[in-house]
Amino acid sequence: MNILDIIGPVMVGPSSSHTAGAARIGQVALKLLGEEVRSAKIRLHGSFLATGKGHGTDRALVAGLLGLSVDDRRIPDSFWLAKERGMDFEISGITLADAHPNSVKLEVMSESGRKLELVAASIGGGRIRICEIDGLRADFSAEAPTVVVFNQDRPGCIVKVTSRLGSAGVNIATMQVYRDERGGHAVMVIEVDQQLPEGCIGRLEQEEGIEKVIYLCME
Amino acid sequence: MYQSLGELCRKAEEEKKSFWEVVQADDCRERQIPEKTSFAQMKAMYLAMKEADASYDPKLYSRSGLTGRDGGKMQRYVDREETICGPFLGRVMEKALKMGESNACMKRIVAAPTAGACGVVPAVLLAMQETAGYSDEEMTQALYVAAGIGGVIASRAFISGAQGGCQAEVGSASSMAAGAAAFLRGADASAIAHGAAMAMKNLLGLVCDPVAGLVEVPCVKRNVAGAVVALAAADMALAGIRSKIPPDEVIDAMRSVGQDMPVCVRETGEGGLAATPSGERMKDYLTQG
Ligand code: SF4
Repeated sequence: MNILDIIGPVMVGPSSSHTAGAARIGQVALKLLGEEVRSAKIRLHGSFLATGKGHGTDRALVAGLLGLSVDDRRIPDSFWLAKERGMDFEISGITLADAHPNSVKLEVMSESGRKLELVAASIGGGRIRICEIDGLRADFSAEAPTVVVFNQDRPGCIVKVTSRLGSAGVNIATMQVYRDERGGHAVMVIEVDQQLPEGCIGRLEQEEGIEKVIYLCME
Repeated sequence: MYQSLGELCRKAEEEKKSFWEVVQADDCRERQIPEKTSFAQMKAMYLAMKEADASYDPKLYSRSGLTGRDGGKMQRYVDREETICGPFLGRVMEKALKMGESNACMKRIVAAPTAGACGVVPAVLLAMQETAGYSDEEMTQALYVAAGIGGVIASRAFISGAQGGCQAEVGSASSMAAGAAAFLRGADASAIAHGAAMAMKNLLGLVCDPVAGLVEVPCVKRNVAGAVVALAAADMALAGIRSKIPPDEVIDAMRSVGQDMPVCVRETGEGGLAATPSGERMKDYLTQG
């Protein structure tokens, strides 16, 4: 947090958690998918479901999925904009286990068939946490440049990734590792201090045992 | 960000700097940016506040229909020169209502410190600039003062209704605006801190009880309270009056009052005004429709 979180952000109202945070979650989902969103299932949980309509949470999420930022004046008209750009979406309620009251589950798909499932929470002041990616647990804010690595859960994967980053001159700020079951799929969430150099992702993806690498940089 | 107003004031005195310069230096150190960049960013926030005020639409209602058009009503009333509080405070109230309504109507605003309390700081600052003709640069310095105070409150206590009730949102905004207003009138660091403390003291205990959980009723009108209290506190500080309880202790009191507040009056929309028969009726109507 810094003084521009105190005076700021510039945002479309009415609520930093229910509107600005929601738009940011949509934006992060779009970045994580890496391609334009063609269809989206939006499942609102808790307070997002109860007061989301009045706060424009629905419109803000759709706006974010279209790439609109939290201060974009078109947020209130995002449903119409989605129609114009040919993005289908469907909004409903869901009860997520152990979730923050302002949570949403997103299932998005691109034209080429790329898919992503995401659970995220808006934790106040427009800040967010990503809690789940493709069914695997995670916990990051998307504020720092973040590398998300999906890999097979077996020895040696982590060291390959960290040494690649190290030799690219990228310093790791935080790192989390999650997996679904022993020897199954795992995910590494790595927040880094520097932006990743060109080509780094491609080289990471070629490493054995690495299934998919996503690089998220919101700036 | 600083965790103590006392420490911030000491730093200003030691280094013979103005309150705002200490806040700016801290920002530059924290984010590793030059002064020019920091200043330009803060100025952009002030200009965005100005723009938000100017683009108020007097015809708009919020999606729920609970808010809208009061800013226009107030403006016409102030124009008729009939206000009890005089033309200056009239403008302040008008701007606070307008910003709160713009927020409820999904227009672009600047959270300060939150969206719900976004009308307090600009109502005070914009009205002061309009009447006294301060430059945008001076106003940006004032915004640093507000940010410094808000930063201490956020570090020592909290700035969200869910954590500490409305005293944490409108109370904090009022405290920030009081310090900024006193600064514009030449107050030194200690007077700024005491202005901030006196505003906070006047709003201590304020609950967060939005009808139907929406940032509309009572939020919009509470921005008026925050702005008016801020100016009164700034005037007290400029008169040489000091808070008997030191500023940092006042903020600590806000934290402990907030922690003790029942959950039903911490943004859940289950207590206070939200739980009145009329509040419940509005909620039922909205959830059915
Ligand atoms: S009542 Fe609650 S939601 Fe409304 S401004 Fe105050 S703290 Fe924010």
